[in-house]
Amino acid sequence: MNVETSVRVEDKLFYNRYLVDVGRPHIKVRAHTKPSPQLLALLKVCPARCYELNDKGQVEVTVDGCIECGTCRVIGEPTGDIEWSYPRGGYGVLFKFG
Amino acid sequence: MIEEKFDAIVVGAGMSGNAAALTMAKRGMKVLQLERGEYAGSKNVQGAILYADMLEKLIPDFRDDAPLERHLVEQRFWLMDDRSHFGVHYRSEDFNEERPNRYTIIRAQFDKWLSSKVREAGATVLCETTVTELARDAHGKVIGVHTDRCDGEIHADVVVLAEGVNGLLGTRARLRERPKPDKVALAVKEMHFLPRETIEAHFNLKGDEGVVVEAAGTISRGMTGMGFIYANKECISIGIGCIVADFQRTGETPYGLLDCFKRHPSVAPLIEGSEVKEYSAHLIPEGGYKAIPQLYGDGWVVVGDAAQLNNAIHREGSNLAMTSGRIAAEAIVQVKSRSHPMTAANLSVYKKMLDDSFVIKDLKKHKDMPMLMHTNSQNLFLTYPQLVSRAMQNYVRVDGTPKAEKEKGTLKSFVNARSWTGLFGDAFRIARAWR
Repeated sequence: MNVETSVRVEDKLFYNRYLVDVGRPHIKVRAHTKPSPQLLALLKVCPARCYELNDKGQVEVTVDGCIECGTCRVIGEPTGDIEWSYPRGGYGVLFKFG
Repeated sequence: MIEEKFDAIVVGAGMSGNAAALTMAKRGMKVLQLERGEYAGSKNVQGAILYADMLEKLIPDFRDDAPLERHLVEQRFWLMDDRSHFGVHYRSEDFNEERPNRYTIIRAQFDKWLSSKVREAGATVLCETTVTELARDAHGKVIGVHTDRCDGEIHADVVVLAEGVNGLLGTRARLRERPKPDKVALAVKEMHFLPRETIEAHFNLKGDEGVVVEAAGTISRGMTGMGFIYANKECISIGIGCIVADFQRTGETPYGLLDCFKRHPSVAPLIEGSEVKEYSAHLIPEGGYKAIPQLYGDGWVVVGDAAQLNNAIHREGSNLAMTSGRIAAEAIVQVKSRSHPMTAANLSVYKKMLDDSFVIKDLKKHKDMPMLMHTNSQNLFLTYPQLVSRAMQNYVRVDGTPKAEKEKGTLKSFVNARSWTGLFGDAFRIARAWR
């Protein structure tokens, strides 16, 4: 039973308001050939599914839909796998309800 | 570049930051508050329950104009398995009182209102401004901040770090550690809109009455976690959270859990026909007393979620945030009124005052609970809920089996699953951690 595949996270993110800081992603993944277990965990745990595998089997991040929870920072920053900053003031997700 | 020097800079405009800024501004201090969101509240996420007592200490007449949703008249605790829930509900007419004790709120709206009070009290509130770094002197004393908005440093006698659970400044400056995956929970939430009268019918409410459902069991699939459903006026906040390390270990997805929770036969009818208008996620400090970092130093204090001040057992956070912000501010006002410098020694009065408050007392009382919940998550969140559900079904289903035989069967199912030693051990461990 794999119900997760039926949940379309992109549809959920569509409800939200964002001001994307084009060309200045606030999260960066360290260049790698083979992803660490921490990076692989992010594919599943990120609530906005910002992390995906590319066709070379490397983990990539697209921050446009990020809801800035910090989960990937807690998992991936200690190992140096990712760099996490806040978006510039005013940018990123803009919650209407929160 | 901002040339003027402030008495205090508050980083963040959530519950703790607003409480601190308001308290200091009211006492005549020159306060600058910096917030990275478009407005105070636009980055803040909570369930959310507001506790009146802690807000009254800041704004006694808040009920006159605060954007409150519903006052709570009922609390439901649910122990769930995949098809059932066993509930303990408490509802009382006593909660329909003149000055209700708890309200549901919508944080983005509430924080905007609270921020307006901070401005009225005379603080300078600068939004859309991310603080990038703490400014320190040659001795390491915090003397101000750097932001992404203006060049150079903005100086103040003291910096209040109210930067939230995922605060970067304090950890980058090595004032405290980054939260560890087993000490924070990730919660996801959706806002489901329905007509007011539909919500009232679904939850058995009238007028502005509200209800909270807190649910644990197989919905977290053996991870340490909880689901929640809060009735607001015209929407329902529904979410679920689990310890990050558990997500990491199991490979479960947060949205997958939320989807299953929403489709549970006990939950689905409550939100039926609703329109979703937002999806959010947030970390929750779950480490309790043992995870509290150093709370003050030369030129700085840390408050709220950034200081891990969250009572995971009682699901209280915003009140601890508000109270720690207020107490830190009172401590700062005290140091300033004596014309003393904002050194670690002088600011230690903040910790003393906080130790004497319910904030630290409550966290200390439950200091062993977070670890117990985490190390026993399979039993507490999977095995027991299933056993209880079967026991209840056995109890209520009338099928000609003699009662003595039924009770024997129930007892046997518990002993088979956990053994006598296991059952007594679990009871003992929970009682010891709770007392």
